[in-house]
Amino acid sequence: MTRPKTHRFDTLSLHAGAKPDPATGARATPIHQSASFVFPDADHAAALFNMERAGHVYSRISNPTCAVLEERVAALEGGVGAIATASGQAALHLAIATIMGAGAHIVASRALYGGSHNLLDYTLPRFGIETTFVDPRDIDAWRAAIRPETRLLFGETLGNPGLDVLDVPRVAELAHEHGLPLLVDSTFTTPWLMRPFDHGADLVFHSATKYLSGHGVVIGGVLVDAGTFDWDGPAARGKFPTLTEPYRGFHDMVFAEESTTAAFLLRARREGIRDFGACMAPATAWQILQGIETLPVRMQRHVENARRILAYLATQPLVAAVRYPERPDHPDHALAQRLLPRGCGAVFSFDLAATREQGRRFIESLRIFSHLANVGDAKSLVIHPASTTHFRVSAQDLARAGITEGTIRLSIGLEDPDDLIEDLSRALHAAGKA
Amino acid sequence: MRAQVGGGEVYCYTGTRPIDPSRPSVVFVHGAANDHSVFALQSRYFAHHGRNVLAVDLPGHGRSAGAPLDSVEAIADWIPQLLDATGIREAALAGHSLGALVALEAASRFPSRISRIALLGPAVPMTVSEALLDAARADDHVAFELIAGWSHSAGKQLGGNPVPGMWMMGTALRLMERSRPGALHVDLRACNDYANGIAAAAAVRCPGLLIVGARDLMAPPKAVQGLVDALAEKRVVTLPDCGHAMMAEQPDAVLDALAAFL
Repeated sequence: MTRPKTHRFDTLSLHAGAKPDPATGARATPIHQSASFVFPDADHAAALFNMERAGHVYSRISNPTCAVLEERVAALEGGVGAIATASGQAALHLAIATIMGAGAHIVASRALYGGSHNLLDYTLPRFGIETTFVDPRDIDAWRAAIRPETRLLFGETLGNPGLDVLDVPRVAELAHEHGLPLLVDSTFTTPWLMRPFDHGADLVFHSATKYLSGHGVVIGGVLVDAGTFDWDGPAARGKFPTLTEPYRGFHDMVFAEESTTAAFLLRARREGIRDFGACMAPATAWQILQGIETLPVRMQRHVENARRILAYLATQPLVAAVRYPERPDHPDHALAQRLLPRGCGAVFSFDLAATREQGRRFIESLRIFSHLANVGDAKSLVIHPASTTHFRVSAQDLARAGITEGTIRLSIGLEDPDDLIEDLSRALHAAGKA
Repeated sequence: MRAQVGGGEVYCYTGTRPIDPSRPSVVFVHGAANDHSVFALQSRYFAHHGRNVLAVDLPGHGRSAGAPLDSVEAIADWIPQLLDATGIREAALAGHSLGALVALEAASRFPSRISRIALLGPAVPMTVSEALLDAARADDHVAFELIAGWSHSAGKQLGGNPVPGMWMMGTALRLMERSRPGALHVDLRACNDYANGIAAAAAVRCPGLLIVGARDLMAPPKAVQGLVDALAEKRVVTLPDCGHAMMAEQPDAVLDALAAFL
C-alpha cells in the first residue's frame, strides 16, 4: 500500500511556515517590523480589504513574521490555521468573544490557571457571559452543567497546579453531543506531549510565553482552530450566529459559508483582532519561532529533568505529597499513560509538611530556582500559589483545586538535574531548621 | 444561495451578492471531495467585479443534498439545470481537477449555454492510481493524506500560505475529511473513467484557458498537451513551482489568469 509522505514533528518545528526570504536570501525568518504594507495599486488594495486577494494590510490584522508563527503552530497542532495574540489571556478572550456574546454560558474545568479563572469568574460576567466551574474528572458534572445557552466547554490539558489530566476524548464527545466545541489550554503540554485535536478538541490555545518560546523573554499567545467543528451542523444549528449569519461588519459575510473549515479563524481575525486589537508584535513572534525550533529537544529534556526531581522529592521527609500524573498514586495515572505517553510536562507541585514560615524559608533558600510568576522557562522556577498566582481564588476553590498553604509549584528547567537536586536539598534542610 | 436542481437542493456561494440575470456569470466547479470554498478568493473577486458568481457545491458535496453524480458526463448534464434553476442563460465555467473535466465536457455539449471555459489543473486522461482508488473505496483516511501530499508542491508542503496564518496542508485534509462517505471514490472514479476528453476538446467552440501547475503530480503538465492540441481557441498559463492545489498555493496568480481571460 502506498503510504503518504508527510513531514514529521521535528522537521515541522524548524521549517513549517517559513522559507528563505525571497528578497534577501536570509535563511532565518525576518522580523517584518512594519506597521503596514504597500499596495501595488488601488485595485489590489481594494481586493485585499475585501478578502479577494491574500496578503497583509496592517500589522494589527496580520504580519508576515506573525504569519510564520501561526502556520508553524497550526502545523504542529494539526490544525487549519492559527492567530497569534498579545498573550495567552488574549487568545482565550479571542476564542470566547468570537463565538458568543451576552447571555451565553461556558462550562469550564475548576482546575484552571488563576488568570483564566479571573477572566471567567470575575470579568466576563460583567459582559453577560457566565461560567460554571466543574471538577474536570467528573464527566457527569460537565454534563449536568450544560444549559441551553452554553456555547463552550473549556479545560486545560494539565490542570493548574494539581496536574489534573483533562480527559479530552470524553469531554470532547460530550461537547459534540450537545453541539458545542471544546477549547483546550495546551500551554503545559505543548503539541510535543499532546495534540488535543487528535483526541477530539476543536480549539486549542497556548500561552506562548511558556514552553513554545521557552526562554521567558516574551509575552504571547496562539489560538489554533482544528477546522473540524461544524458550526452550522445539525447539532450546533442556531447556536453560533456570529459564524452562521450575515455580519454587518464585513459586507454581510457569512463566515461559515465563506470558509468551510476556517470560519472561526476568519471571524476571529476579521472582527476579534481587528476590533479588540490584542495582536502580537512581530519581534515577539520571531522570539517564539526561535523557541519552537528547539521545542522537541527542550521538552524531552524538561520531562527527563522533572522525573529526576520528582524521584528525589518523593523520598524527602519534609515533603508530604508530590503530584505528577506519571506517579501511580496520581488519580489520573491511567489517563495520563493513554494521553501523555511522552510525559506530563515539567510543571508540578508538591506539599511541604511545614509551617508557613518553613515554606518561606524553603523558597528563599533556593539559589538556582528563581522565585517568580511564570512557568515553562529554560531556567527552573518556583512559586507559592496560595499567596501569588491563586491569591484571588477563594479558600473553598483553592481546596477544590488541591492547593494548600504548603503547596509549592516548580517549573523544572534545563539545568543539570544534579545541581537542581542539590539546590532543593539545601533549601529543604534550611526549611527543616526554621 | 440555495436552489432546487433536478429535485435536489443545491448550495451556491455567490459572494454574498444577489444574482442579476443582466450581468455576465461565472460558475465555479470544484474537484474531488472538495466544495465551493476552494475558490473562496477567486469567486469573491468576480462577485465584487460585476459578475454573477455561482461557486457550487456539487450534489452530495458540502451543503448540497443528494448523492454525488457518478460521471463527468452526468455532472456536465447537470450544469444547464443549475443555470436554469438560478435564472442564468449563459455562463463561463471555471473548474478545477474533476471540475475542469466537467467544464470541458459541458462546453462541448451545451455550446449555447457556456461562453468560456477555464480549466484549472486539467489532465486527459486523468488517471487515478489503483492504490488511491482502493483507499477511497474503503473510505480509508490514507486516501485523503495521499491526495493532500500529492496535491501540494514540495515547497508548499512546509507552508508559506499566502493567506496569513493558514496551514494549507491542514486545510486541504480537513476539507476532504468533511466529505460524505464514498464521495471521494465516486469523484475519483469519475475522473479515472472519463474517456471523452480529447473528443470534447475538439468539439468545444468557445475560448478556453488552461492553468497548469508546473509541479502538479495529480494532473501532470504532460497530460495537458492533448487538450492544448485539440482545443481550437486556447490560452495556456503555466504556474511555476505550483502543484495541483493551485488556488491555495498561488491564489493571486490563478486570479490574475482568470481575470485576464474571463
